[in-house]
Amino acid sequence: MKVQGKAWKVGDNVDTDVIIPARFLNVSDKDEMGRNCFADLRPDFVRKVHPGDILVAGENFGCGSSREHAPWALKRAGIGAVVAKSFARLFYRNAFNIGLPIVESHEASEQIEEGDRVSLDFAIGEIVNQSSGKRFTARAVPAFMRAVIEAGGLVEYVKKNPGAGFKEQRHTVD
Amino acid sequence: MPMTITEKILAGHAGLDSVRPGDLIQVDVDLALANDITAPLAIEVFRDLGTEVVFDREKIAMVQDHFVPNKDIQSAQQVKMMREFCREQKISHFFELGETGIEHVILPERGLVLPGDVVIGADSHTCTYGALGAFSTGVGSTDLGVILATGRIWLKVPESIKLIYDGKLPRWVGGKDLILHALGVLGVAGAVYFSLEFTGEGVGQLSMTHRLTMANMAVEAGAKNGIFAADEVTRKYMSDRSDRAGSFIQSDPGAEYAREIRVPLDSMELQVAVPHSPDNVRPVSEIGPVKLDQVFLGSCTNGRLDDLREAAGLLKGRKVAGETRFIVIPGSPAIYREALKEGIIETFLEAGAVIGPPCCGPCLGGHMGILAAGETALSTSNRNFVSRMGHPDSKVYLAGPAVAAASAIAGEIISPAEIA
Repeated sequence: MKVQGKAWKVGDNVDTDVIIPARFLNVSDKDEMGRNCFADLRPDFVRKVHPGDILVAGENFGCGSSREHAPWALKRAGIGAVVAKSFARLFYRNAFNIGLPIVESHEASEQIEEGDRVSLDFAIGEIVNQSSGKRFTARAVPAFMRAVIEAGGLVEYVKKNPGAGFKEQRHTVD
Repeated sequence: MPMTITEKILAGHAGLDSVRPGDLIQVDVDLALANDITAPLAIEVFRDLGTEVVFDREKIAMVQDHFVPNKDIQSAQQVKMMREFCREQKISHFFELGETGIEHVILPERGLVLPGDVVIGADSHTCTYGALGAFSTGVGSTDLGVILATGRIWLKVPESIKLIYDGKLPRWVGGKDLILHALGVLGVAGAVYFSLEFTGEGVGQLSMTHRLTMANMAVEAGAKNGIFAADEVTRKYMSDRSDRAGSFIQSDPGAEYAREIRVPLDSMELQVAVPHSPDNVRPVSEIGPVKLDQVFLGSCTNGRLDDLREAAGLLKGRKVAGETRFIVIPGSPAIYREALKEGIIETFLEAGAVIGPPCCGPCLGGHMGILAAGETALSTSNRNFVSRMGHPDSKVYLAGPAVAAASAIAGEIISPAEIA
């Protein structure tokens, strides 16, 4: 899976109330969630973001609530992938489950500025800042989880692999 | 191989003799939970998978609490979807308005969680049940939808951080102060993916209410779960709530912890988290004069009977400050009724408080007390990020019920010691 677009930058500890404020949580329409992404932090974001753009964040991105509305809002707003120094646990899990590619790289987060053109090859974890020419390698993702992203999310993965992942009781991280 | 409580519960539910941190295991779920915000997406996933019947209709709880009584048309549609799904699937633990309350208040109250259980909920504060010696953690709606279909979930076994409480709890200091203090030490990312284990001889004097408050906010440090070993306090709490016994599990001597933090209780002060992060914690004595437009007593963190009693004890015979709104929301109908019987509700009303129906209310900026631009609130809830309770230009301080009640009377943040 390859993603390419403009970089949007946010800082550390960007929480789920910032990604999608609670007043927009009474919907299940995911496009509606997308329309309210970063509604208070950057009201111009949803108008200006292009499909495939990449969000670049600091530490603990997505902290706060378990609401899946947060990664859905990003995905449906058009964000193709999130690169962060680190992710909060619930957001991390949810992003994989809905098929939003996310990768961790301290250096990439530090050395990409807003507006840079960036590409990500998720299968090999390679991030390229095309504006500066710098390349970065993201932290490795377990094969099982890569497969979930490649399938388009957990539901698609389970449908394509009935019983898969639920046959074995234990996998070790490779 | 010595294991922590968390490792033992997970191993047992994965059919394994032992597990190590880092293992990816598949775990059987004793109770799966969703609320009115997260259930609709989870139900869509369940349908999308093509499964026709839920894995076990006795092991699912669907609780309407975030935007009820129905806040608006969309919220009403969400609850309707939950209701119809529960009817179709004959799910026992669906609570209609009048029985429903905050999910993490009513489930322990009704004896639906036992020590040693695995509880997975589509709500970040599902970690609350660790207070009962269960392994419980929050997940998103897709994970929950897959659990509804299969009864199982993939989890990575976490490493554990041990908090060791020694000494005697000073007056007014409660679970909220202890967990805020821990957040101040750990930070909002200090325990990401860890299990937080609350231990020490000091724990024996913590009531179940205190423990529920503490486990509730483990997620604010990024933790996967928070947990107390089940003990005599747990046994007493469970005794008239459930016929089932549960498993009283202890960590093995020699179990490994990534970090150990000793917390002396004797010198513990009342704590406040200042805007805009739950880890931005100071002793109340270090908070300068902060005028309050609103005080909120309630939420899954501090909406229980003991919390209301403590606040009422301070408010009896006193009035809420003229320019401060005081909103009280009992966490469940049972708590509301008991508070009525004990005269607690009368005390609040006499003082000038507003009482809300059991629900999450303003905690997450839902309804029942949203803040305007420039307003400042003190809340007994669990998060105070920007725009959490309303306008992005509003501020929220977090504290326990005693500080909340005292501050409602003063109209600014004070310690209860200043008035009682």
